[in-house]
Amino acid sequence: MEDELAKRIASHPKYQELKAKRTSFGWWLTIGMLVVYYGFILLVAFNKPLLATRIGSGVMTLGMPIGLGVIVFTVIITAIYVRRANSEFDKLSDEITKAVLK
Amino acid sequence: MKSTTKYALPFAALIGAGVAMAAGADLGQADKQATNWTAIAMFAIFVAFTLWITKWAAAKTKSAADFYTGGGGITGFQNGLAIAGDYMSAASFLGISAAVMASGFDGLIFSIGFLVGWPIVTFLLAERLRNLGKFTFADVAAFRFAQTPVRVFAASGTLVVVAFYLIAQMVGAGQLIKLLFGLEYMYAVVIVGVLMMVYVLFGGMTATTWVQIIKAIMLLAGASFMAGAVLWHFGFSPEAMFAKAVEIKTGLAVTAGKTPEEAAKAGFSIMGPGGFVKDPISAISFGMALMFGTAGLPHILMRFFTVPNAKEARKSVLWATTWIGYFYILTFIIGFGAIVFVLTNPSFLDAKGALLGGNNMAAVHLANAVGGNVFLGFISAVAFATILAVVAGLTLSGASAVSHDLYGTVIKKGKADSAAELRVSKITTICLGVVAVVLGIAFEKQNIAFMVSLAFAIAASANFPVLLMSVLWKGCTTRGAVIGGFLGLISSVALTVVSPAVWEATLGNPKGSAWFPYTSPALFSMTIGFVGIWLFSILDNSKRGDQDRAGFAAQQVRSETGIGASGASGH
Repeated sequence: MEDELAKRIASHPKYQELKAKRTSFGWWLTIGMLVVYYGFILLVAFNKPLLATRIGSGVMTLGMPIGLGVIVFTVIITAIYVRRANSEFDKLSDEITKAVLK
Repeated sequence: MKSTTKYALPFAALIGAGVAMAAGADLGQADKQATNWTAIAMFAIFVAFTLWITKWAAAKTKSAADFYTGGGGITGFQNGLAIAGDYMSAASFLGISAAVMASGFDGLIFSIGFLVGWPIVTFLLAERLRNLGKFTFADVAAFRFAQTPVRVFAASGTLVVVAFYLIAQMVGAGQLIKLLFGLEYMYAVVIVGVLMMVYVLFGGMTATTWVQIIKAIMLLAGASFMAGAVLWHFGFSPEAMFAKAVEIKTGLAVTAGKTPEEAAKAGFSIMGPGGFVKDPISAISFGMALMFGTAGLPHILMRFFTVPNAKEARKSVLWATTWIGYFYILTFIIGFGAIVFVLTNPSFLDAKGALLGGNNMAAVHLANAVGGNVFLGFISAVAFATILAVVAGLTLSGASAVSHDLYGTVIKKGKADSAAELRVSKITTICLGVVAVVLGIAFEKQNIAFMVSLAFAIAASANFPVLLMSVLWKGCTTRGAVIGGFLGLISSVALTVVSPAVWEATLGNPKGSAWFPYTSPALFSMTIGFVGIWLFSILDNSKRGDQDRAGFAAQQVRSETGIGASGASGH
């Protein structure tokens, strides 16, 4: 890509908007995932009895819904990003392309 | 079964060194079983079908671009299944379900570790990779840098990861064929080597992708059926399933001579975390290797170039994450199903009450229990097909690193014509196939439990930091990326060698003599990699360094918008 074109895109307000939105969204979700996963690992490392606490009258423990919850959370957080990126971010991208390549 | 120690080996590999088996195929030593003709016939059908697909793909594989990326025309959904296929190896199926059968909840901790890297790949890398690269992750890592040094680094990182992963898979294939088909170790290694060469040589990425998709569908369907059958038995009540499993584990502990109180405690232990996570540092370090290793595996990264644009790249990771997450929930249910239906059925146990063929047979015996002999054959064939597909993907990414990065860019300075590059890819594929077979035979009797976790640790400490810093940090320079990358690579290998898994278990030094006490080097080697890149970049006053920093703006525009990215047909 010629530098000229890159400069034109870089200074476009829509590009600034896209970059800012995507960067902060991506990092927030990354932090969310790190907190959930390492939170889980630290719980396993430091508080095993908590995860082995029974809930209800049967053998079900707190660890089971938490563990499965981490798996479900992983899929959902990915879906949240992809949904927003494939609609909002791609739309911004297309607008930038149209504006600078005309 | 000659002695009980035979059982101890795969079991120890699962629980002790544990880690490794879940992603790759470390299944420990296995004893040869009776020849299973149903399984062999099913596998033959799979092979015939995939060879037919390879023939179809061969007609479409004319240029180097077709070979590397299938022409870039694979949809997000298809690619998602293929990525899931690359990731759901025979060992994650057999190994995790066996780990769940043995220790319940701890098995879930493994699978979670293997899943959580995917969102990170999605948020930080997937679309930027697609927008910047063409064929290999080195295209992205070297985008604004001096090509030769970065490509040499990326090719080294790729080949080292591929080599360790390949050895683990080949040895796993040999052990599996003894268990599942009742054939000799040697047959498996040669069959896998030859078929993998055929797929990659003639069908390139198109054939490799479709083999992967078919296998992923078969594996998901088979595992769904098994988990469904188990849940159906309990009226779809997880509580009832867990209660029965606890009851059986308690009963087994009583039989083993424990007092009722101890037995109740042992039985209930499968419902919570046990001995898998020993010290917090190992736990975090290992978690980092899994999480960030996923984002640095070359055969996985390469899949992002097979889709036409960033939108499809994102869809493919979402599908992959969904399928892999679903698969790990299935293996968890299958493991509990194995406690209920396999551990209580004398026809799957030997005189001492241990599983016939070792603990890794948990899912296979369960297949027999819920679906009879034909379904057993199907699951055995799927497990073996799984290894074959993973090996094909690995070989393709190794071959691309040699032909595209080393030959095309370093030697020919980007002026190699497509036909010559394709020829080099094919020669490399044959070489890698031969090397894989030779190493598979050489490592037959070795303890290779560390190999897959090593591959993940290297990917996390060398490939991932360079990729991330080159894409996101303006100040990164050629010198920083290459020195930092190699420091990450060398430190992860060195720390693994002096860790208990290699120093004691493989090299046979006395227990407690390992210099590095933790399960995984990632916490330390990743830090070394990142700090190395940062330090040598800020100290870089060269002209090349200025040029590297100046190139960031244009790179960033392309990585964010995709303007100028290579399209599906524009390769």
